[in-house]
Amino acid sequence: MSNNPNSMRTTTRQVRHLGSAKSGTHHAWHMRLTSYALVPLTIAFVWIVLSLVGKDYNTVHDALGSPVIAIVMILFLLSSIYHMMLGMQTIIEDYVHGEASKTLALMANTFFSACIGLATVYAVLRLSFT
Amino acid sequence: MAEAKTRPVSPEASRPLSPHLQIYRPMLTMMMSIMHRITGAGLYFGTILLAWWLIAASTDARAFDTANGVLMSFPGRIVLFGFTWALFHHLFGGIRHFIWDTGRGMEHPEREYLAQATLIGGFVLSVAVWVIAYMVR
Repeated sequence: MSNNPNSMRTTTRQVRHLGSAKSGTHHAWHMRLTSYALVPLTIAFVWIVLSLVGKDYNTVHDALGSPVIAIVMILFLLSSIYHMMLGMQTIIEDYVHGEASKTLALMANTFFSACIGLATVYAVLRLSFT
Repeated sequence: MAEAKTRPVSPEASRPLSPHLQIYRPMLTMMMSIMHRITGAGLYFGTILLAWWLIAASTDARAFDTANGVLMSFPGRIVLFGFTWALFHHLFGGIRHFIWDTGRGMEHPEREYLAQATLIGGFVLSVAVWVIAYMVR
């Protein structure tokens, strides 16, 4: 195999002509983009949660279901969950080196993020429409 | 191919590796970098609590009261305070990265001030939010 440690080929030669990863700077850029969005959205999220501390169920239900709060919550959820998915991808790529375990971890990361994202957005929408 | 077999160690295996964490004396900026990653990972799993709370709120009053009861218990509050701190620490860490992105704040002593500001800011804002929470409750 090309990654045999006793190979006479240089590392550059081993990967040349395999094609680029074609992903470029998207990861870094999307990390920045979501970071910038998350500064005001996190403050808004903390503000919303603070305003609901100790309130009874109906108040919380109506507040989270009101249009402006629901929209801000969904924006916060989507940005933060995409941001955390990218972040966890970096952590996995840094520490998990086995090809199979890395792929599985990256899949688990995507699935977890998709589940949390879908579940939370669904919950906020349900609060809005029921 | 004969030469390859007689070579005891490949040139790549004998190449020196760059020094890693265990070589360096712990420094504030380094610890803050590690804390940024740890708080990020903590917040990642913390979203399970947020999802639970939102799903409970969208289900009915009983589910909401159960979730609230657990989250507002003493251990629940400790976890939530940790969540708050991780959120603010990571937020300030992110702002520190924005400053670095402009090319500023990477030299001594600015980077030390930024690290200290992140650390103090995260704690102060967490405590402030919880003081407000107890006041408005």
